[in-house]
Amino acid sequence: MSVLRPLDKQPGLNTATILLVGTEDALLQQLADSMLKEDCASELKVHLARSLPLPSNVNRPRIDLIVFVVNLHSKYSLRNVEESLHHVDTTFFLGKVGFLITGAAKADIPARGPHGFSAAGREGHCSIHRNTVVRLARTYRSPLLFCDLEVEGFRATVAQRLVRMLQICAGHVPGVSALNLLSLLRSSENPALEDV
Amino acid sequence: MDSYDTSESTPRHSASSRLKDYFIGATPLQKRLESVRKLTSFIPTPPRRKIPQCSQLQEDNDPQKVAFLLHKQWTLYSLTPLYKFSYTNLKEYSRLLSAFIAAEKQKGLAVEVGEDFNIKVTFSTLLGMKGTQRDSEAFLVQILSKSQLPYENREHKVLWTGWFCCIFGDSLLETVSEDFTCVPLFLANGAETNTAIVGTWFQKTFDCYFSPLAINAFNLSWMAAMWTACKMDQYMAATEFLWSVPCSPQSLDISYAIHPEDAKALWDSVHKTPGEVTQEEVDLFMDCLYSHFHRHFKIHLSATRLVRVSTSVASAHTDGKIKILCHKYLIGVLAYLTELAIFQID
Repeated sequence: MSVLRPLDKQPGLNTATILLVGTEDALLQQLADSMLKEDCASELKVHLARSLPLPSNVNRPRIDLIVFVVNLHSKYSLRNVEESLHHVDTTFFLGKVGFLITGAAKADIPARGPHGFSAAGREGHCSIHRNTVVRLARTYRSPLLFCDLEVEGFRATVAQRLVRMLQICAGHVPGVSALNLLSLLRSSENPALEDV
Repeated sequence: MDSYDTSESTPRHSASSRLKDYFIGATPLQKRLESVRKLTSFIPTPPRRKIPQCSQLQEDNDPQKVAFLLHKQWTLYSLTPLYKFSYTNLKEYSRLLSAFIAAEKQKGLAVEVGEDFNIKVTFSTLLGMKGTQRDSEAFLVQILSKSQLPYENREHKVLWTGWFCCIFGDSLLETVSEDFTCVPLFLANGAETNTAIVGTWFQKTFDCYFSPLAINAFNLSWMAAMWTACKMDQYMAATEFLWSVPCSPQSLDISYAIHPEDAKALWDSVHKTPGEVTQEEVDLFMDCLYSHFHRHFKIHLSATRLVRVSTSVASAHTDGKIKILCHKYLIGVLAYLTELAIFQID
């Protein structure tokens, strides 16, 4: 089956599975490690993929949350995500898909320069405009997270957030569903910009 | 501030989505206040930009006078508005700056303004280097060395050149008060130490702030598209791109050179609206180059970082270095750089 559907398999007992899709293998691996270090009542399973569709001959559990990782330094990662989005069923976008953007950060420590001239930060490496990914997330009505995955502290924070989102999407948090979470995350945005 | 009047937007911005109207219809002051209110920084991308044309004011520009600006590598800085800078005091400024430079070079010794030293500083205005009448006049600072030989006419060798300009800086001019002079783009050629000394003097005297202007890959691809779109009578150089592949331990560089007429032919096949460049056209232009390269070498250039773009009009490096080769499009190139500088100041 080339299209991923959210409810085509039985859920595992107390298991929550997340699928991370992106071209940045090293960053995905590090993020997966950070997520698995988190304390969680449910059993976490993290699947990594470069792109969709996933090979159909593998027996895998039901996927509860898909996170597409885009690196602003690489247009290739954006194209890859755009193509992979075609292989996801529309019902997944009811709160079970998220976008994670990396590479937008400025360098924390300005490089030394004579007489107070400071050097430009890593934003100088961006090939994609931030608005492009913001528009992508708005088109797919999915939450957008920004995180510099190369920094340990930020990665641990976003791993915590993803674990929490995953628990909700897998239905392990009583009283909150994935769709509830989606509407909660959306209400903080400017309503004038919602309709693109 | 909650309702944006869409009738403010000019006919060429008859975009379908309200998102674009939101950014373009609002004045810069409204935009700034709105983003402060929401505590977010919205970066409005203009979905289209004008292809550089010969502007009216450039007709007054004497090619001979600005010939020294071409074919030199300039390092770019963005500069916040200068407080209480006056074009009538240029002589005074040159005396003060030469004293400051002499003091820096001989730290610890007492210096008097007006004494004869080995170096001389000149401030002069560059006429015609502006986009609209409202732009501040561009001015040039040069550090010259006086030769030690006892001739009557001493040769002055230029040690360092720096110039300040503002081309189409309307968005910045609207938001500053009368006491400030806006010259957001600063270009320097010469020793780094001299740039630092001059910068420190300006920062102390006019309460401004310099910061190096880096050009990211996104803006470099815009430059490549805009400069390829310029009509040229003859092409002096091939269109060349340089990408840096991020890999350890040392990064690889990939250089891709195209015959300028082929690049122009590719651009013409992509280009639709006359006189303007849109984001889709830039993306399509670059994608054509990437897919051509991928077909031959199986390397995804879109996963690498564009570091340098070089055309017959100008060449730019991501570290903020630029060399302008064509006199005709000087103002156009500077207009785009001014826009980047203003964006960095904000």
